[in-house]
Amino acid sequence: MEKELRLMKGNEAVAEAAIRAGVDGYFGYPITPQTEIIEYLMEANPAETTGMIVLQAESEVAAINMVYGGAGCGKKVMTSSSSPGISLKQEGISYIAGAELPCLIVNVVRGGPGLGTIQPAQSDYFQSTKGGGHGDYHLIVLAPASVQEMADFVELSFELAFKYRNPVMMLSDGAIGQMMEKVYLKPHKARVKTAPEWATTGKPTTRERNIITSLDLDSNRQELFNIKLLAKYDEIREKEVRFEEFQCEDAEYLLVAYGTSARVCQKSVQLAREQGIKAGLLRPITLFPFPTKRINELAGKVKGMLSVEMSAGQMVEDVLLSVNGKVPVYHFGRMGGIVTTPEEVVESLKSKFIGG
Amino acid sequence: MVEFSGIKEIIKPENLVYKKTNIMTENILSYCPGCGHGTTHRILAEIIDEEGLQSEAIGVSPVGCSVFLYYYLDIDWQEAAHGRAPAVATAIKRLQPEKFVFTYQGDGDLAAIGTAETIHACNRGENILIIFINNGIYGMTGGQMAPTTLPGMKSSTSPYGRDVKTMGYPLKMTEIVASLPGSYYVTRQSVHTPANVKKTKKAIRKAVNYQKLNKGTCLIEIISNCPSGWKMTPVQSNKWMEENMFPYYPLGDLKTPEE
Amino acid sequence: MAKIRGSIVVNVERCKGCEVCMVSCPTGTIAMAKEVNGKGYNYAFPANPELCTGCANCAMVCPDGVITVYKTKI
Repeated sequence: MEKELRLMKGNEAVAEAAIRAGVDGYFGYPITPQTEIIEYLMEANPAETTGMIVLQAESEVAAINMVYGGAGCGKKVMTSSSSPGISLKQEGISYIAGAELPCLIVNVVRGGPGLGTIQPAQSDYFQSTKGGGHGDYHLIVLAPASVQEMADFVELSFELAFKYRNPVMMLSDGAIGQMMEKVYLKPHKARVKTAPEWATTGKPTTRERNIITSLDLDSNRQELFNIKLLAKYDEIREKEVRFEEFQCEDAEYLLVAYGTSARVCQKSVQLAREQGIKAGLLRPITLFPFPTKRINELAGKVKGMLSVEMSAGQMVEDVLLSVNGKVPVYHFGRMGGIVTTPEEVVESLKSKFIGG
Repeated sequence: MVEFSGIKEIIKPENLVYKKTNIMTENILSYCPGCGHGTTHRILAEIIDEEGLQSEAIGVSPVGCSVFLYYYLDIDWQEAAHGRAPAVATAIKRLQPEKFVFTYQGDGDLAAIGTAETIHACNRGENILIIFINNGIYGMTGGQMAPTTLPGMKSSTSPYGRDVKTMGYPLKMTEIVASLPGSYYVTRQSVHTPANVKKTKKAIRKAVNYQKLNKGTCLIEIISNCPSGWKMTPVQSNKWMEENMFPYYPLGDLKTPEE
Repeated sequence: MAKIRGSIVVNVERCKGCEVCMVSCPTGTIAMAKEVNGKGYNYAFPANPELCTGCANCAMVCPDGVITVYKTKI
């Protein structure tokens, strides 16, 4: 089982990984900085090789509803977009979560709000982890920090999506989507022929009709359904937390960062230590479920935490909740599409905690 | 269950001429008395039965009075967000091309919020059937103006009658769809008389066959009454429909394949 | 000469009294009852059963599918 080594953009790696993972359908719409995903797929033309459907929809709204339709048939389907387009998809995402359907939504985040900018940002954290769409639901959110992870998380996303019958979001950003790195690609996996028993495949005489819906006008039943979803999310919080630690064993100050910010903070940890500051980095890989327990543990060992995000401060709220008052927590981040520099992070760490 | 029977001697299995198809479930329809939805559901169910499509059919239900379509026809269903049914159906058909895939939508669903999805699915020539129930009003939410409401027609959001100056003209989506090369068979029918029921049934049967031959999008618009929204009795509403809706939305084929 | 005679069975409890069947009946077989069913609707019934030809017009237009039709030659 040889892996193929290539030099690719993050966006391209997602597309290639999707073909190899046996994805059945991709429905998307152009928007910077992720248009390469659909361009790559159209050029690769997997309809000829694996039978994968690639369709440019008339809007992000149409695309997410196509994902809903395909997911309802039990197929591995996905879409991708960037912040403003993800806002358009929120209705569809809520419906997908409410109908308990599996799918992958890739968000290559750009600066906002509104039309914003095309440069990278991390200002969709709230949108991804706290809702975005209406109602009580959660997306499983995976945050890649490299081109390799953008590729690897495609298959992982579908595993989680089908395991829990829940939509999964890959929250990348414009830097990782556009940068080129080495990536090891897995061999091709065949598309799955059999559908789950809940899928709409046409009603045979051997079962009742399958109905994919999120509607129930009976409040008692709807409450029971919401309780069922809560239990699912609790199970996900139990079993699916993923994170990475860098030099945390003796850390006195903890940087919490994901994606591009984590890459920057890795350098910041080195720079800080050169200056005698014992910094460490915790990189959440799943933003939902958030590594609450681990951060709470580390709060017992460090003097303070700095949430480093390219935003006005969104993940910092989850860090505060996890720390639960044990130690001070601050946020540092550039906005508007500006990528934080490692030196800026160290300066912020010093000014917030060491008064230097 | 109480039945009122005619002459009992004639009521024998060998004399059976018409019975509601088993594709209709036993659930009581939630529609108002006399509403065209019920009749259309039944015709559709009869075609599914007669053409042996129960294990192939996948329907996409809308938001509107017929949101609970999946209670009434015993086939696999997906409930779509308002207006999005053609996009949902696009994926279902492209991923399962051997199935019979159709949407069933009202005028708000298809002609207001779902205009883009309707036009683009037809423009791509998606191999699906779109059933469009046009009663010129938003029934489920209590009788508001629809894009298809006639000029001067009263509704809860046009209480003095639709004023084209501020509210625009009624939208003829079927004509628009017929002009797209991707649409294959486009027709406008009704279900308020036995003759029209027969014509509608014929239209649906044609659409089923065209889908088997991968010909492109079929759209069947059904001009229907809405006794509650129009504030009339069912019989009055059918008459009003003939006198007012049909002149604006003429029945008949708008696009047929060259035979 | 054989005469076609029909007979309809109306599911009274499911009838919503819309009268569309009555209007579609070519022979005047159907009328609306003075009594109401459990939902409060004046249901349709074959008031003049001897006039019924079993044409099934009524069943075809019934929005609720409450009519079953039988027909024979006498």
